Amino acid sequence: MNQQPGTSGLIFNEPLLWDKSCKGRCAMSLPKPDVERANLDESLTGDAPELPQLSELDVARHYTRLSQWNFGVDSGMYPLGSCTMKYNPKTNEVQAARQGFAAAHPFAGDKFSQGALKLMYNLEQYLAEITGFDAVTLQPAAGAHGELAGILIIHAYHAKSGKQRSKIIIPDTAHGTNPASATLCGYESINIKSGENGILEPAAVAAVMDEDTAGIMVTNPNTLGFFESNIKEIADIVHSKGGLVYGDGANMNAIMGVVKPGEIGIDVLHLNLHKTFATPHGGGGPGSGPVAVVKALEPFLPIPRVEKDLDSYKLITDSPDTIGRLHTFYGHFSVMIKAYSYILSMGSKGLSDVSKLAVLNANYVKESLKGTLNLPYDMPCMHECVFNDEFQKEHHITTMDMAKRLLDYGFHPPTVYFPLVVEGAFMVEPTETESKEYIDQFIDAVKAIAKEAKDDPEKLHKAPLLTKVTRLDEVTAARKPCLRG
Amino acid sequence: MRYLPHTKEDIEAMLKVTGQSSLDDLFNCIPDDLKTKESIDLPEALSEWELNAHMEALASSNIACKEYKCFIGAGSYDHYIPAIIPYLISRSEFMTAYTPYQPEVSQGTLQGIYEFQTMITELLGMDVATASHYDCGTALAEAALIALRKNRKANKIAVSALVHPSHRQIIHTYINPAGYEIIEIPYTKEGLTDVDALKDMDDIAGVAIQSPNFFGNIEDLKAFKAVAAAKKGLFIASFTEALAYGLLKNPGYFGADLVAGEGQSLGIPKSFGGPGLGLLAGTKKQMRNLPGRLIGKTSDANGDEGYVLTLATREQHIRREKASSNICSNNGLNAMTAAMYLATVGKVGIREIARQNHDKAVYLKASLEKAGFESSFDTPFFNEFVMKAPVGFEQKRTALVNDKCTFAGMSLEKFYPELKQHYLFCATETVSKQDIDQLVKEVQ
Amino acid sequence: MKEISDLNLPEDVKYTKDHEWAKLDSDIVTIGINDYAQDQLGEIVFVELPEVGDTFSEGDEFGSVESVKAVSEMYIPISGEITEINEALEDAPELVNESCYDSGWIIKVKPADVSELDNLMDKPAYLDMLKG
Repeated sequence: MNQQPGTSGLIFNEPLLWDKSCKGRCAMSLPKPDVERANLDESLTGDAPELPQLSELDVARHYTRLSQWNFGVDSGMYPLGSCTMKYNPKTNEVQAARQGFAAAHPFAGDKFSQGALKLMYNLEQYLAEITGFDAVTLQPAAGAHGELAGILIIHAYHAKSGKQRSKIIIPDTAHGTNPASATLCGYESINIKSGENGILEPAAVAAVMDEDTAGIMVTNPNTLGFFESNIKEIADIVHSKGGLVYGDGANMNAIMGVVKPGEIGIDVLHLNLHKTFATPHGGGGPGSGPVAVVKALEPFLPIPRVEKDLDSYKLITDSPDTIGRLHTFYGHFSVMIKAYSYILSMGSKGLSDVSKLAVLNANYVKESLKGTLNLPYDMPCMHECVFNDEFQKEHHITTMDMAKRLLDYGFHPPTVYFPLVVEGAFMVEPTETESKEYIDQFIDAVKAIAKEAKDDPEKLHKAPLLTKVTRLDEVTAARKPCLRG
Repeated sequence: MRYLPHTKEDIEAMLKVTGQSSLDDLFNCIPDDLKTKESIDLPEALSEWELNAHMEALASSNIACKEYKCFIGAGSYDHYIPAIIPYLISRSEFMTAYTPYQPEVSQGTLQGIYEFQTMITELLGMDVATASHYDCGTALAEAALIALRKNRKANKIAVSALVHPSHRQIIHTYINPAGYEIIEIPYTKEGLTDVDALKDMDDIAGVAIQSPNFFGNIEDLKAFKAVAAAKKGLFIASFTEALAYGLLKNPGYFGADLVAGEGQSLGIPKSFGGPGLGLLAGTKKQMRNLPGRLIGKTSDANGDEGYVLTLATREQHIRREKASSNICSNNGLNAMTAAMYLATVGKVGIREIARQNHDKAVYLKASLEKAGFESSFDTPFFNEFVMKAPVGFEQKRTALVNDKCTFAGMSLEKFYPELKQHYLFCATETVSKQDIDQLVKEVQ
Repeated sequence: MKEISDLNLPEDVKYTKDHEWAKLDSDIVTIGINDYAQDQLGEIVFVELPEVGDTFSEGDEFGSVESVKAVSEMYIPISGEITEINEALEDAPELVNESCYDSGWIIKVKPADVSELDNLMDKPAYLDMLKG
C-alpha cells in the first residue's frame, strides 16, 4: 500500500431532479383503485404539488451519481476529531431491516411489542454496565438531544429540591452545543479556562462554584484528547455546593473497559450511539443520544420508560418527577438495534480492545506527525490528538489549505479550527478500525503536504484539485441565500 | 474480531513509536484510582450467525409479520415503500458520511438535501424548509420557541387539544424550564379545534394547529391564521401525515408562518416509532429564525455550481449560548430517503396515492358504520377517523391481533378520557378492499 | 487584517469600546461599526437591524453583524429612539465592508440626552485603547 488512494476518475454531471423531469413519467408502480373514488370538497383540495416526473432509471441514476460525489467511511479514512468515524458494520443494517422491527407500529401495545421492548431494556442494561451508571434512557434522538435531556434532568433535580439555580459552569474545551443546551433551561453559562496542560484545574472550578450554580458540564476525555484527571476532585467541589456533574460522553470511545464515568463522580452522562457504538452517521443523522444517570436522578428520566416485570416488558408513563417527553415515540429505535447488535458482536473484551486500539492509533499518529505539524500540547493523548498550522505559517499555508489538499490524496480531512482553544486546530481521530497501513498512508500524505507547503504553496491554495467542485463561495451563499430550486 | 485490524506485530510496532511498552501503559495518564476495578459484564460476543438467530427471535416476537394488516396511524403510517428506495439509500457514500462540513467531497448529500428542501417547500407551500429535525414533535417545539422568543410581550403558546398528544408533551418539556406556558385550545363536537375559544385567549405568542388533526379531521386553517394574526402571534401549522398534502390545500396557502410536520410517510419504515423525519418550514421572514441546518446554492472558484451548508451563524457552534437551538445532528439520511420517495412518486404518484388513502378511509368508515359502529364526527377527514365501537369490540380487537395479525384501530380513551369506546382508525393504500371487507366481517 | 496604522478612523466621529462609531448631525445621531470592526469580521453577510420606533438605553444591544463564521453584537452608545435604519444593507450587507462611515451606516437615533455622547472616545483615545 505505498500508493496514495487519491486519484482522478470519471465524475458524472447530474442536473437537479426537476431539470430531468418529463411530464407523464412516474417511477412508482401505483396500486389499482379497488374502492369507489370519494371526493372531498373543493374548498379543501389543492393542486398536486409540482414534484418531478421521472422513470425508475432516472431516479436510480440520479442518486447513484450523487452518491459518487460523496466521501464516506467506506470510501476512505475519515479521521474527523471528536466525531468517531469508525467502520459501520453491515450486519447491523441487516438486523435493523428485519420485518419484525421495521414494520412494528409504535402503538401496537406492549403485549405485541415484546421483542422491541426487550431489546431496549437489554440495551439500557448494557449501556449502564459499560458506563457504570444505575439507569439509562434511550429516548434522546441525537447527542445534542441527550445533552438537553441531561440538563433538563439537572434542572428538574434542583426544582424538586426546592431552589432553582441560575448558572452552570462550562469549560473552554466544551462542545459548542453545551452553552446552547444550558440556555434552553434558562441557565447562564459561566465559562472557565482549562489549565496550561490542557486539562481543568480544580481551583478554577472552586473559584466560580457556588450555591447558585446548578453544576458543571465536562467532556471527558476532553476535546483536546486528554483525560480530565482531576475529575474526582472537581466533582467533589461541585457536589459540596449541592451541584451536579454533567458528563459529555461523546468521547467514550477512548475509555471503555478502563474508566466507568459513573464511578468517578459524574452524575449524568450522554452517549452517542452513532460515534462509540458504530451506527452510521448518515450524512448528518439520524443518531441516538442515550442518557445514563446515578440512582438519585432516575426519577427524572424522560417518559415512557421500559420496565421488566418477570419475563415480560412494558412501557411506563407513571413517573411524577419526570422531565417529560422528548420524542413522539421512544426515540430512534432502528439506531438502537444497530448499537445493540454491535455490542453483542463485540462483547466485553471486544469493547475494551476498541478503546485500547483507538488510543494506540491516536498516539501513533501524534508521535509520527509531531515534527511535521506543530503539537501545542505534547502529552500522551487518548483517542485523538490536536495539531495546528504554526510551522506552515511562514509559507502562508493554513490548516484549511492542508485540509483541502488532503482530499486530493484520498483522505477526509480531520476536524479543523476546533477546539477553539487551539488556534488553527487540526484534530485527528483515527478510530480503532483503521489499520496500520491506512494510518501510515495518512501520515505519509500529511508529510507530503507539509513538503508541498514549502515547495509549492500555490498548489495548496488551489486545493482540492480532483474533486467534483473546488472551494465554494460561502460568502455569496450566506449574503444571497438560495435555499430552494 | 473482524472490525479490529491490528495484528500482534502491528501493535508491537506501533507501541514502539509511541514509546509505551504495552497497551495498558497508554492509559498511564489516567490516575489508578479512577480506573475501574471490574471489567465490563456483558454476554459473550456472538458470531454473525448467532447474532442473526438472536435478532430474528427478537424481531419475530413483535407482531409485525408478513401477513400483518395495520389499521392504525396516529403519527406512524403504513405506506408502501418502493424497492428502489432502501436500495439507493443503502449506498455507503450516503450512509457512512458525516455532516457535510467539507463540501467538496459532500456534494451528493448537499445536492440531495437541497432537492429535499425544495420539494418540501413545494409540498407545504412555504418559502424555506430546513434540512430536517428529529421528528414532528421536536420540530413543533422548536417552532413554539421561535414564536415565544420573537414576542417580547407574550409568554404563552396556544396549542390545539387535537395536536398529537405526544407533541403537546414535547412542547411542554422544551418550553417549560424557560418559564413559558401552553394554553390548550379545546375541541368542538365536530372533532375540530374550537376557534371561538382561541379568540378569548390573551398574551399569545403563537397558535399551533394540526391538520389533519389527531382525529384525522381537516381543520379550517384560514380561520386560525386570522385569529393568530389579530393577536400578533405566529401561526404554526403541523401535521403527522405528509401525504395528505398530495391532495389538500397546503398550509402555505392559508398563510402559515411556520410549519412543523412528520415526514415518516415519505418512504421511511415505521420502526417502532423512530427515526422518523421532522420537517420544519417557514416564510422568508422566518428564514433566519429557523433552527437546524440549511443547504444553499453557490458556485466554486471555477464558477461551477455547487452546494454548501449556509446561514451557519444561527447555529450552536457559533452563537453558543445565544443559539436559536442546540440541534446539531438531524435526521439527514431520512431526509434523503424522503427526497428519493418524492422523486419516485412524482407529481402524478403523490396525487394518486393521497386519493387512494382518502378513498379507502371513506370506504372503511362506511363499512364500519354498516357493522354497527357509530361515526363520532361528521367532518371531512383524510385517512383517519374516529368511531364509537359497539360493546364487546375490545375483545374482538385483541383476538384479531393474536389470530390474524390485524390491528383494528386504536383506543382513544388513554389520550381523551371522555372518549370511552372510541377508536381511531386509519386506512392507507396498503390495505385492499378485501382486507377491509374481511376486517368488517371479523368485528361484526 | 489591517495594521492599526492602516485603519481609517475619521476625526469627526466618536468611538465606543465595542468599535461602533457615532456622529451627531443637528439633532440626529448616526451610528455604524468602524473600520477596525469590519476588518476583523471580514466579509459581512448579514446585518440584523432594529425597527424604526424601537427605543433603547445606552449600552443595549440593538442588532448584530454576521460574517460566514462569526456574529458580533452591536451596542447602542446613546439612549433614544430609532428614526431610520439603513435598508440598503438588507440586500447589500457588503456596504459595511466597503464604506463603513458612509453608505454602510447602520441606524439613526433621536437621542434622549445628547450629553451621553461625551462619554465616547475621540480618535486619539480610541487608538490608545486599541494599542492597549
